[in-house]
Parts: sequence; C-alpha cells; structure tokens
Amino acid sequence: MSDPDTLKHSPLEAAHIACGARMVEFGGWFMPVQYSGIIDEHKAVRSASGMFDISHMGEVTVSGSGALAWLESLLTNRVGKLALTRGQYSLMLDEGGGVIDDLILYRSGEQEYFLVINAACRDIDLAWMCGRLPADGSVVLNDLGDAYAAIALQGPDSERILRALAPGCDVPKRNGIAPLPGFEGAVPSLVARTGYTGEDGFELFVPVAKGVVLWSALLAAGVKPCGLGCRDTLRLEMGYPLNGSDLSRERTPLEAGLGKFVSLDDPEKPGFTGRAVLEAQRAAGLPARLIPLKLTVQGPPLRSHYPVLSEGVAVGETCSGALSPSLGEGIAMAYLPGALSTPGTALEIEVRGRRYAATVSTLPFYKKPEA
Amino acid sequence: MNVPADLRYAKTHEWIRIEGDTVIVGITDHAQAELTDIVYAEPPKVGAEVKAGATAAVVESVKAASDIYSPLSGTVTEVNAELSANPALLNTDPFGQGWIWKMKASSPAEAEALLSPEVYTAQIS
Repeated sequence: MSDPDTLKHSPLEAAHIACGARMVEFGGWFMPVQYSGIIDEHKAVRSASGMFDISHMGEVTVSGSGALAWLESLLTNRVGKLALTRGQYSLMLDEGGGVIDDLILYRSGEQEYFLVINAACRDIDLAWMCGRLPADGSVVLNDLGDAYAAIALQGPDSERILRALAPGCDVPKRNGIAPLPGFEGAVPSLVARTGYTGEDGFELFVPVAKGVVLWSALLAAGVKPCGLGCRDTLRLEMGYPLNGSDLSRERTPLEAGLGKFVSLDDPEKPGFTGRAVLEAQRAAGLPARLIPLKLTVQGPPLRSHYPVLSEGVAVGETCSGALSPSLGEGIAMAYLPGALSTPGTALEIEVRGRRYAATVSTLPFYKKPEA
Repeated sequence: MNVPADLRYAKTHEWIRIEGDTVIVGITDHAQAELTDIVYAEPPKVGAEVKAGATAAVVESVKAASDIYSPLSGTVTEVNAELSANPALLNTDPFGQGWIWKMKASSPAEAEALLSPEVYTAQIS
C-alpha cells in the first residue's frame, strides 16, 4: 500500500476507523474499502440501506452569465435542457473524443451549476476547466472540493431515513437537488437524489465541519457503513462505468455505450470539445464497443486485464470485473469488436492460463426483483 | 488470533501439519482474516510438483486474488475438493476443514526452516 502520509484524507477518517474500516489507497486518497465485509455491505444496500463516504469526490460550482454556453462547449450532454434543481450525467472529452472525466452536474441556480467530479480526476479536471475559462470574467468557477464532506445514502430505505434525518427537507425526485436543512455551515448543504448503486438513494453534501455529525446521525439511524469494495460491485452489477477502468482518454463515450449522454442529434446542442471525432467515428463505425460479459461456468472472480477470446483468438481484455454478490456469477466489461456485441455470443475468458466459457450479456447485469 | 501449537508456519501465512509421511497445507487464521470473504480457491493439481516458497495455489476474496506458497517441496497427493463448492471453509475453519492440499515432501528437512507457533505469533502481533 502507498504511504498514507502522501495521501489525501477524508474528514470522516476517524469515524471510519471507529467503525472498523479497512483503509486503502484510492485515487490518491486514504479511504475505507470495507467494514463488515464486501458481500454483507453489498446486500445491505440492495435490501435496506448503506452509506459511503464520497468526500474524496470533487465539488465545483460554475456560475455567471456565460456559464451555460461555456459548459455546453465542455460537456457532451445538452446542459440547456436542465430545469432548475435538475441534474444530468455528462462527459468531458479531450479534442480526440477521449473521456477526461464523467460527472454529474445540477442546475443549482438560474445561472449556477453544481458539478460532482471523480476523486482521481480532480486536479486534471480543474486544470482543464480553468485553462478554458473565458477571459471576460463571464464564468466564475469555484473549487469547493475541500469545503464539502459528502456521504452517499443508498438503498430502498433511504427515503424514510432521509425524511427522519432532515424533517422539512423538500426531498428531491430522481436526479434532482435540494437544500438539506439542519447542516448549515460555510457552504450550502445539499441533497441530490443520485447514486452509483442502482438503488434509490441520495448524495448528501455538507460543510466539512458537519461531516462527522451527518455520519453519526446516519449510523444511529441504522445505516450500514459501506466501503469502496461494495461500491464497485454494486455499480458494476448495474453496468455503470468507472473512469480509469472502463473509461479513458483512449476511448470515446460512443465506444463506451454512453451515446445517450452525448447530444449529437439534438439541434439545440452547440459544439463541444471532441464532437468532430465522435461524428466521424459514428459515420465510419465504432472500432470497438464496451460489452457486458458473464461467465457461464463456475469460475474465479473476474478482474481487469484478463484476456477475452473468440473461437480461440484473443479479441480484447476485461476492464471492470467482479464476482457479482447478487447473482453469484462472474461479470465483466470488455472492449471488443462490434461484431461480437450480440447478447448470447459465446466467448471465453482466460484466468491464469485457464479458459472459462462466457457469454455476451445485457445491462444491467442485476435487475431488481419485482416487489 | 488462533495459532495452533502443533503446527509449523511459513512467513507467508501458510501452515503445515505432518501426519506420518503426509504433509497437510493450509492458510492461517490471520491470513483468512486479512483476505476477508474468500469466494474462490484454486488448489494445485494432484501429482503436481511444488517447490518451497513458490506459488502452489490461489485464493480469491471479492476484492483480490492472493497467491498461496508451498511451505515445502514435494508432490501433491490430494486436494480439498470441498473448497470448490464451499470456499468459505477457508474463513470458517482454516486449520481444519479449510485445508488446501496434501503432499509428500521431497526434502522433509525444509520443515526445520519454518516458524514455530511462538515465532509466528510474534510475527503477526
């Protein structure tokens, strides 16, 4: 493990250790990977509730008369379609159409947007954005990453827990954002109905001084502390991509299957960085696509960089992979030639020299049982 | 942490039990606690030649795959077939039902280089 002294620390670190966390390096941060166990935590989120420290993620506000036009030029999804208090998933690309980061932005005011960016990309994103600010001062960017503590409350019990925690909260609908009463401080407390698990849930952003108070209140409400380990298995069961694993500067969002977050066909979407490459790629056909795979035999947990074979020939390698705790099956994502994308296509995945039968699956891997 | 007094230990957290000319190999209670929920075990093949200090098996938790090193050199004579259906035996009973393989040692004197329970306990505390 990296030297903890060189890592960044969450304001909730002492609370994690008090909860029995096992701490690891992630994206330059010293973060909990698990407490009671990945499978136990995973199942708690699917069946009841769990909470994740997401203080390592970055928060940025963008405001001013030029904010909308400037964000349109940086991001793939049409920002102008956002009504007040609504949020959307979007991607920030380089000139080659490669993914710098995937993020969520909320329209937090008439001319103000609240962006949540990935931990490992905070410095890169900020440098990219700051380097493109208009010289006329019409866009103001504030990096609030160190001002916020953030906790994701996820699972079917989340709404009940939130209502008890913050009476009077105007609980947002899916992808919306609202003030979070009761945690006032140096920056506005916010609650967004978003997450990375496939369950109903909220992301709570509070002033850094209120982080431990929020964590303790959720703990007292019976919410299970959950680490990055089950955050990864939960998101992969839904087919949500992880930047650095499934997304990179080498791949476009079209190859990653994220076309619905790229407003290429929306006549009201202005030009954005990377657009020409995406249009050319769409016209010429995608060189590869991110394809969901499932083992069809008992085998080891899937992990990244395992070779994928078609009729004995290597055709790619796994990006994200896991043993799905909900399904008990090996699942993975891999960039493969488009001809192999049909669900049911037979493939093999090689683990330590042994080949295991696999098939092209569909997303999400995990579907919630009908109530 | 449980460290049975009748076993010998490798620095890499494997144990051996000597029964006549058969050596039984597994991982320690400390190892299973560090690995957490074990969901997959890949023992060596029966008949395989294993070398002291070299990888002989793999166990995997949800999060990571870990190599298991053979404490002694020799030939694998039996593997624990129960582990494929129930790898959690490595967590629940690491010194008993969670054994991984049995072998005939080719250089039994190698066992003298392994750690006593007292020395291993000191290493993990």
